Amino acid sequence: MSTHTLSVLVENSPGVLARVASLFSRRGYNIDSLAVGPTEDPNVSRMTIVVNVEAHALSQVIQQTDKLINVLSIIELDPIASVQRELLLVKVSTTPESRSQVLETVQLFRAKVVDVAQDAVTIEATGNSEKIQALLRVLEPYGIKELVQSGLVAMERGLKPGKSQQPDHD
Amino acid sequence: MSAQVTGAQSLVKSLEAAGVDVMFGIPGGAILPAYDPIFDSSIRHILVRHEQGAGHAATGYAQATGRVGVCIATSGPGATNLVTPLADAQMDSVPVVAITGQVASAAIGTDAFQEADIRGITMPVTKHNFLITDPQDIPRAIAEAFHIAGTGRPGAVLVDIAKDALTKMTDFNWPESLSLPGYNPVMDPTPESIRDAAALIAQSSSPVLYVGGGMIKSNASAELMKLAELTGAPVVTTLMALGSFPDSHPQHLGMPGMHGTVAAVTALQKADLLITLGARFDDRVTGKLSSFAPNAKIIHADIDPAEIGKNRVVDVALVGDLKATIKALLPELQSQFAKSKPDLGAWWAQCNSWRARYPLGFDEPTDGSVSPQYVIQRLGQIAGPDAIYVAGVGQHQMWSSQFVNYEKPRTWINSGGLGTMGFAVPAAMGAKVGAPDTVVWAIDGDGCFQMTNQELVTCALNNIPIKVAIINNESLGMVRQWQTLFYNERYSNTDLHSKRIPDFAKLAEAMGCVGLRCESKEDVDRVINEAMAINDRPVVVDFSVHRDAMVWPMVAAGTSNDDIVIAKSMAPIWDSQEL
Repeated sequence: MSTHTLSVLVENSPGVLARVASLFSRRGYNIDSLAVGPTEDPNVSRMTIVVNVEAHALSQVIQQTDKLINVLSIIELDPIASVQRELLLVKVSTTPESRSQVLETVQLFRAKVVDVAQDAVTIEATGNSEKIQALLRVLEPYGIKELVQSGLVAMERGLKPGKSQQPDHD
Repeated sequence: MSAQVTGAQSLVKSLEAAGVDVMFGIPGGAILPAYDPIFDSSIRHILVRHEQGAGHAATGYAQATGRVGVCIATSGPGATNLVTPLADAQMDSVPVVAITGQVASAAIGTDAFQEADIRGITMPVTKHNFLITDPQDIPRAIAEAFHIAGTGRPGAVLVDIAKDALTKMTDFNWPESLSLPGYNPVMDPTPESIRDAAALIAQSSSPVLYVGGGMIKSNASAELMKLAELTGAPVVTTLMALGSFPDSHPQHLGMPGMHGTVAAVTALQKADLLITLGARFDDRVTGKLSSFAPNAKIIHADIDPAEIGKNRVVDVALVGDLKATIKALLPELQSQFAKSKPDLGAWWAQCNSWRARYPLGFDEPTDGSVSPQYVIQRLGQIAGPDAIYVAGVGQHQMWSSQFVNYEKPRTWINSGGLGTMGFAVPAAMGAKVGAPDTVVWAIDGDGCFQMTNQELVTCALNNIPIKVAIINNESLGMVRQWQTLFYNERYSNTDLHSKRIPDFAKLAEAMGCVGLRCESKEDVDRVINEAMAINDRPVVVDFSVHRDAMVWPMVAAGTSNDDIVIAKSMAPIWDSQEL
């Protein structure tokens, strides 16, 4: 099994999320994350779906999804040729002694503190999955009180796939 | 500006514009506004006795005619009763459109009386569906529904319409063109794929044409005949494809699969190339997938790109309509064969030896009872290849696939994918409505018949004179067969005690049909001929048959096709070089 990021353009019509979710459920495809939102065209929404499937099953996932009448296009995004981001909000326990270490970590990861309380700070971070996981590993020893994470959103780099290879600044 | 009409009038005008000539349904509260203009419409509405009957009738109509079948029901239970036939039609790629009433849009989501989220419920069992709450959207939705149901890989489409959308005033504007940017079925395979396929065929010394139900959907039997005769390859037709290639043709090895012929099953196993045409490597055909056709390269032609590689990795994919595909393949093959044409002589010698050694057959019971296979065989011989045969699901279905000879497409209608018991009577009704001048025989089991026989009332009252042969073994025969083979003859809940309860002949008479009975072999021909002579009413014949008869050959579920069994505990004897 391996994870693949699918970028799906769908008609912005009622029930389209249910159709995609129903398809994935009945065919037994594992969704790691799913994010839906508007695009530059108000009639079209974009879904970014991260699936965890065997390599040979991936083309089945793509073909079956493409069969849905409301699905306009579906492509797999190459992690190198695309920008992929998740958003994390995490509330970390702090003591007067640990607070500066936590803030240093926030700096190192280019995250930011969005709320401070007596015994905790809330940190906002964006990045790819690896960065978010790395940040969480470093924060874990201080005590994670609460966390919430968005699904992955992603976009191809450049005008066409593979045209631009700018480094990932994050 | 077009004249103002109600949403209901707009719906009926839309159905007329879509070319609907008949629909099967039952009114109820939410759909009631639509039934008022139906009263004045040119569309024939056949009032069924259960919505499931309406759905299977639409399927039978579609299978017999190639047109889109239409059924209509009210909200809630009316709509949920359509779920089984919609799932059935979708599994067998049959073009069906279902129209359902929905509670008023303001009441949707409030658990209103007779409310069911039928769009949500049918999402997994339809090709597409619609919920319409604005009467302005009705013509477009109907046009799109018929287009989606009938094109590409056909399927079931449901249009759910809120009651207030039917009662409000609107314009009727039939759309001149459709905008479905996410729906573009590919009709023609690429020239490269055609060349690759022809090259593989030209190299194969033991090919098989593995033909599925897509052949009938594509109306490509004439092209298939040309391809078969050009290649000289053996042909097997799946349960859904029977009739697409004549059973009498010398190249036809029969049906593959769990109850297929030894020759068809074995030819697939031993082939070096499967030329797969509108078939889907279903588990009932492949047996244990990992041991299916182990030495074969695969050419897979299908209009649905998602079928390619779904169950079996392919060597050449031909995505497109089968008729167009075969038409493109023929000239390419001719030029390949002009260079070199493989000799299939040794391959045919093998295929013919399997065919000669293991023909389909059955044993006569020793207790004087009638064998079910004999009844079905005689029925096929007497009614002939021009009749339409419609089966339910179970032993009688398999015997009907084995012992009736099918010579033409659309003469065999059954529930293949979903395996819906109770399919036969309503589907035969639909087929007879679609082909009124053709003899239509439903071959049904006593179990199946008791699920949907109420539609015989519909047939009797609407001048739909179908004929029904009940193959009455007083049990759920196929389940009983599995209990015999795999559950130590422990017949848990498969005995229906249906020799006289119900009395099928009397039941038929009560429903306005002629009821006949046959209990001895000597009477079989006479009773069939008697039924054939009645054309003004439906006829039901209760054939009492031997209850221990089993369907052979058999590849047990989950086992390899190499382990086909020709009769209980009897595997074919293979020459050592064949193993």
